[in-house]
Amino acid sequence: MNAQLALQLTLVAPLAGALLIALTGKWPNLRESVTLATSVLLFALVLQVFAAMGVNHDPRELHIDLFELLPGITIALHSEPLSILFAMVASGLWIVTSVYSIGYMRTNNEKHQTRFYTCFAVAIFGAMGVAFAANLFTLFLFYEVLTLSTYPLVAHKGDDNARRGARIYLGVLLATSIGLFLPAMIWTYAVAGTLDFRPGGILDGNIAGAAATGLLMLYLFGIGKAAVMPVHKWLPAAMVAPTPVSALLHAVAVVKAGVFTMAKVVIYIFGLDFLADVPNEMWAVYIAGFTIVSASVVALRQTNIKRMLAYSTVSQLSYIVMAVVVLTPYSEMGAIIHIVAHAVAKITLFFAAGAIYVASKKTEIAQLDGIGYRMPITMAAFTVAALSMIGVPPTGGFVSKWYMIAGAFQLDSYFVLAVLATSTALNAAYFLPIVFRAFFRKEAGDGNLDHGEAPVPMVAAICVTAVLTLLVFFFNGPLVDFEQTIIGGFQ
Amino acid sequence: MLSHLPILQVIIPLLAAPACLLLDRGRIAWAFSCAVAIVSLAISLSLLHQVSGAGPLSYELGGWDAPWGIEYRIDLLSAYVLLVVNGVATLVLVAARSSVAAEIDEAKQPLFYVLYMLCLAGLLGIIATGDIFNVFVFLEISSLATYALIALGRDRRALWAAYQYLIVGTIGATFILVGIGFLYSLTGTLNMADLAQRLPALAESASVYAAFAFLVVGVCLKLALFPLHLWLPNAYAYAPSIVTAFLAATATKVAVYLLLRFHFSVFGASFTDPVLPLEGIFLVLGIAGVFVASIVAIFEDNIKRLFAYSSVAQIGYMVIGMGIGSATGVQATLLHLFNHALMKGALFLALAAVVYRLGGANFSHIRGLGRTMPLTMAAIVVAGLSLVGVPGTVGFITKWYLVMAAINGSHWLLVPAILLGSLLALVYVWRIVEAAYFSEPVAGTETCREAPLGLLLAMWLLVIANVYFGLDTRLPVAASDGAVRLLMGGAG
Amino acid sequence: MVTDFYNYWIVIALMMIGFFIVIVQGNLVKKLIGLNIFQTSVFIFYISIAKVEGGTAPILTEGVVLYSNPLPHVLILTAIVVGIATMALALSLVVRIHKAYGTIEEEELQERDHEC
Repeated sequence: MNAQLALQLTLVAPLAGALLIALTGKWPNLRESVTLATSVLLFALVLQVFAAMGVNHDPRELHIDLFELLPGITIALHSEPLSILFAMVASGLWIVTSVYSIGYMRTNNEKHQTRFYTCFAVAIFGAMGVAFAANLFTLFLFYEVLTLSTYPLVAHKGDDNARRGARIYLGVLLATSIGLFLPAMIWTYAVAGTLDFRPGGILDGNIAGAAATGLLMLYLFGIGKAAVMPVHKWLPAAMVAPTPVSALLHAVAVVKAGVFTMAKVVIYIFGLDFLADVPNEMWAVYIAGFTIVSASVVALRQTNIKRMLAYSTVSQLSYIVMAVVVLTPYSEMGAIIHIVAHAVAKITLFFAAGAIYVASKKTEIAQLDGIGYRMPITMAAFTVAALSMIGVPPTGGFVSKWYMIAGAFQLDSYFVLAVLATSTALNAAYFLPIVFRAFFRKEAGDGNLDHGEAPVPMVAAICVTAVLTLLVFFFNGPLVDFEQTIIGGFQ
Repeated sequence: MLSHLPILQVIIPLLAAPACLLLDRGRIAWAFSCAVAIVSLAISLSLLHQVSGAGPLSYELGGWDAPWGIEYRIDLLSAYVLLVVNGVATLVLVAARSSVAAEIDEAKQPLFYVLYMLCLAGLLGIIATGDIFNVFVFLEISSLATYALIALGRDRRALWAAYQYLIVGTIGATFILVGIGFLYSLTGTLNMADLAQRLPALAESASVYAAFAFLVVGVCLKLALFPLHLWLPNAYAYAPSIVTAFLAATATKVAVYLLLRFHFSVFGASFTDPVLPLEGIFLVLGIAGVFVASIVAIFEDNIKRLFAYSSVAQIGYMVIGMGIGSATGVQATLLHLFNHALMKGALFLALAAVVYRLGGANFSHIRGLGRTMPLTMAAIVVAGLSLVGVPGTVGFITKWYLVMAAINGSHWLLVPAILLGSLLALVYVWRIVEAAYFSEPVAGTETCREAPLGLLLAMWLLVIANVYFGLDTRLPVAASDGAVRLLMGGAG
Repeated sequence: MVTDFYNYWIVIALMMIGFFIVIVQGNLVKKLIGLNIFQTSVFIFYISIAKVEGGTAPILTEGVVLYSNPLPHVLILTAIVVGIATMALALSLVVRIHKAYGTIEEEELQERDHEC
């Protein structure tokens, strides 16, 4: 298949899938088949784009102008290594999540399942658009699609609690994107005359001094999906959503869209060399570093599993943001690998939390005593993922942390090193007790004793993502080779 | 035939009005006025086509030459606004039948269409004419028809709202009349183009300033610019739903057009600078309007009133664009004129559907309606997002141009103000979404069915236009760009 | 000064009186009377500016070269017609308000709306 066509189809497929899902809503089996088929097709399409690009392909050849929205502003798609990476992660994990949601939604007898699957597909459409956007404007468009399409998923339960959480979710994300991201974008357009993603950036020579710092801050806080404090509030609020949503969207698609956007802005709008000259650029590093440590401290104090995972996500996202703005080649690579490593590990953790909820209705950490004996596969996967969060080999988290630390040494920044060390300790402090509880404590006598593992589709999904977490460790070579083309001067 | 189009544009609906009176059945009157509106829409399309090809059209009424006789003058700006008004008026009329049948007595239905046609004729006349006194006459034709239309509302408060509007509207019109009198006594002409040539020689005269002030205040009363907006919420809330959709999408747009005409074409943009800081006033009032009206809207329980206040806020945006005063700013105003017509047309038609099925449009009515009237509620969501300015909708295009104009003009404080206004809109739109989709319906509405086909069709055409013109902006951007060049060129 | 422009002073006085009545009066009919005075002041304004010093009525006659300006008269004829239409509409509204509410006093109207 022609690569251009494949690239366009990556947007068409999930949208068509959403339509079909809505139409087949009356027949659940058919509906779920459509979801699965769409996700597999989408992944195949992304692979097709990847294959067409090759490793050393010139990215400009895969550039499609769809139409001109305003004079000088086109809706355009392109594909470059970072896009492919994000698209592969999102679409690949969508397949796994689809399998998992079928088990989850059916076992829980959730209502409005058609709305759920439809919105899910639309959200993936938004994520694909973010991934393949060729300019900031197109990216912004899909970024908002992603925000709006996930609102019904967060508010899924429809009770007061869900509505309150969803309101915070939507409020924070739209307020930051319209209030900060949009003016930053218009400002960029006003000074640079373009919003295209170009290697080396578009701002060099067009803005300087404090204005450039201001612009950087607008982007840093405006891209609310990256959840830098204090605009992280939406992420814990979004935990009212059903677990598959938290898993795919709030560990992978939505939050990674945020850090992906941040990476795109830093690499292709500012340009690494130019950003290094921007005064007080290190503030961004400090803000991200502060988020990493304080979110970890907050996570330590959580009693609900999903909320703890949410704060862990906030912290992990800032790893990526910090690594991006440290600006050394190794740290950029660390950020890119961490997008993958964190995605597969965090989705495993959420899957496990969902599986525990489905099998035993338990949601609190304190209830997990001895659960490792009843759900050994789930908790083994949980352990692998938790080790990845901490950064212990042989898991993906180790690889990314390795590069980040190398990047910090390139910069000679003791702040970054200290942050990485502290948060590693904190991560261990809130993940290991859970593993300990699950395997080394006796089960309390009360509650729901009669349960085993969650339904097969869910367990299968958990195993797949746990294995992926390990694979990132063992096979990161091709990933590094592929991505290094976008970072100039990588040794 | 083609050369007579400028006058036919006004004459056809004007003559259709008494013709409607002869049709005794509501349904027949409806079909007839729809046909007339479609013809009128076709004329305005043809006019826009001619004007964008061959430049301004001039039509001399009765064959009298321009400065003496009445001239109808269609340039790109008027052709553009004519198209907006005609387009929305036609769509609303197509949707009107079932809603009118439900809200207005059978015997009065033909009269409703008479008034609708009269009002349309008046609005079109204001835009088409190049004669300043003619503006006053058409303004009063449309206003009188509007007062009567509002008074047709079922609620008795509609009468009271119509009366209040009448008082304010008449004062506004009289102000305009005074302004015209000043201009005439100073220059001896009523033709706009002629006035524009003669006024610069008199630029320093206090009388010209007085004339300008009277005209601006008069138009701003019709425009419902904050703080002269007090008549609007009640009038919109208690008028028949179709009337609200029609007025919200057209009447204020015509007032914006007049303001632009007077400010840029007749007087010239630089005219007021030394004495009246009009642009600063516009900025301040615009921002105040956006904030005050949006905040009131957030706490409003009647959704028709809520969107009425939102209209006041949106008018604020249009005035802000003029207040920035640069080409981009005025273009934002012109774009918002078009875009806001699409949004509010769709929203008020959707509310008409709600009122048709449930008899009212309070928050208690729409609870849980997302399931029983999915298409209507989806229309409200999309048009509401457009109101907020989410990308992919027309509202975003306006915001883009406004913020761009503010940044280029170094109005730094304006940027957060504009964007904060959007977020306030988000709050009131989201109240509706939550009520419609995430609340349990109140007893008695579970069996409610989707809106009638005519309403749905028109509503969704407007909704699709909201998205379509948010993505394919060529038509409004090109037209408004040309219109701005015309306005600013005349000034410079 | 005052005598030179006495017509304007009259216009301004009438206008203010009319405006004042519209704002202050609570009775709907009295408000309309005020509105009428307000409009009439503008009619007088137009008619008075049409006067040409030494001119005669604008009817074509042998031997006369100086006429008053007829155009403002014509304009104001239109405005008067509009004014009458407005007044007719407004009065009929008042009649209907009286039927619906049983009063035409502004304050009582507001009270009755709050009741329901």
